[in-house]
Amino acid sequence: MSDGLIASMAQALRDPAQPCPAGLRESCPADPAQRFAIYRNNVQSSLIDALADTFPVCRALVGADFFIGLARAHLQACPPRSPVLMEYGAEFADFIAGYPPAASLPYLADMARLERAYVMSAHAADSVPLTSRQLQDLLSRADLLHDARFQLDPALALVRSDYAVASLWGAHQEDDVTAALAGVRPGQPETALLVRSDLVVAITAVPQSSGELIQHLIDGASLGSAASIFQARHPDFDLASALGLLIAYQSIIHVQLPGAN
Amino acid sequence: MASEYGTQTAMPLPAGLSGALPARAGLGLKPEHLRSMLQHRPDISFFEVHAENFMVEGGPLLHFLHRLRDDYPLSVHGVGLSIGGMAPPDADHLTRLAGLLERFQPASFSEHLAWSTHNGVFFNDLLPLVYDPVSLARVCAHIDQIQERLGRRLLLENPATYVAYAGSSLDEADFIGQVIRRTGCGLLLDVNNLHVTCRNHQRDPLAYLRALPLHAVGEIHLAGCAEHTTADGGALLIDSHDRAVAEDVWGLYCTALTLTGPQPTLIERDANLPPLEEQLAEAQTADRMLCACLTA
Repeated sequence: MSDGLIASMAQALRDPAQPCPAGLRESCPADPAQRFAIYRNNVQSSLIDALADTFPVCRALVGADFFIGLARAHLQACPPRSPVLMEYGAEFADFIAGYPPAASLPYLADMARLERAYVMSAHAADSVPLTSRQLQDLLSRADLLHDARFQLDPALALVRSDYAVASLWGAHQEDDVTAALAGVRPGQPETALLVRSDLVVAITAVPQSSGELIQHLIDGASLGSAASIFQARHPDFDLASALGLLIAYQSIIHVQLPGAN
Repeated sequence: MASEYGTQTAMPLPAGLSGALPARAGLGLKPEHLRSMLQHRPDISFFEVHAENFMVEGGPLLHFLHRLRDDYPLSVHGVGLSIGGMAPPDADHLTRLAGLLERFQPASFSEHLAWSTHNGVFFNDLLPLVYDPVSLARVCAHIDQIQERLGRRLLLENPATYVAYAGSSLDEADFIGQVIRRTGCGLLLDVNNLHVTCRNHQRDPLAYLRALPLHAVGEIHLAGCAEHTTADGGALLIDSHDRAVAEDVWGLYCTALTLTGPQPTLIERDANLPPLEEQLAEAQTADRMLCACLTA
């Protein structure tokens, strides 16, 4: 009998429309339904809070009340599957994209993508960047660079958006958010680059071409093939500045040269 | 199934790999306060963190926990194993937990007599279980698996509950006693949970306390609880961890110490955090009671 009870309790915890499960002991003070409501409320509010912890800018953009409704709907559709709540919210951006009440804020889904990437970046594995000496040696071997494949810091991530998500995010880190937002054009497409340096994640807008190159390097393309794609598509493409970004952020942790393992 | 675990008494397992927690007061620590704790370096005997808050690959959380671990004994407290759940503990979660314990070598690891996951969905609450022979066998099997996988003894925390099941045929303290006898795990005596549960189910806290397997206590938890009035006018206590430890709980703690001897004692605070000085003052109160218990 205990097995059925846990199952019916689990169902009633997830769905507020369900009645209090049968099998609870009648007691005073307070009847079983009132007592059960405490658990239901704990479950709902603690998981909504967990989502708010991961998506503070999304919450600020829509306001606390709207966020609660959104988070509750998301909880119903995508409950957490792991007790590690930092991981909760992987589906939140896609959920927002299909959530009609949020349609008036078209950049909300991308902001969720960015905030989720921020948390993943903060907790990504530690790595040791190549030293400037190693980088110098590498750059001096122009003959080999074309076929070189880069391994980048696991904490590095890119979020490309049709909206100014990096600038909007940055404005929300300022003391005077309203004033900072006044200087942002939300309709400006941006590629946000996330890097972790000294244990702190920074988000900056980078040129789209640089972002695309870095993405191809992350995906395992050789430097030469990644560069040639972009030189065709972006006449103003500057390989040196794109690589310079990775060097400046100390994001290159390994370079595999042709013939080497 | 019950007979499989029925009479066997488990081999003693090592409590921790780097000594025991000191029988003094410690503080619960949330990840966002690690850095300020490292700056203040308060005079406190140990820290306790939630295992699931540190199940990450790298970055600041692990960095600062390593630094804290260099200077203070550490206790790791799990909230996600769902020991009372129907399914065995999740293998991936156990692997991550084992990695965390391997990395930080805490003096103690504890978990809850509760369920929090069902059919793969995590509820983020410590939900009560039915106390009957089927449930007892299942809890014992889960604890056996966990202790075997981790290679260490866990302390099991008595729950704070708001509902009880009509189908429970065993008394909670008796259930806990049997789990501890069969699995060889220890008891994390949460005095606030005991206070909350006894008040909510109109039980005598001293009788409940004496019925627990106090010889197995390895740590004590103290926390604040909130009075909650339900829509039908009932008054319940909520295990809220959002205020100072109640007078009644301090009283029960003193009594408990006379029965258990001095124990590592954690002040838990998870919400509405006061200035550090207030938390340290509560820890000092616990330390005074521990000293009095030593000299009594």
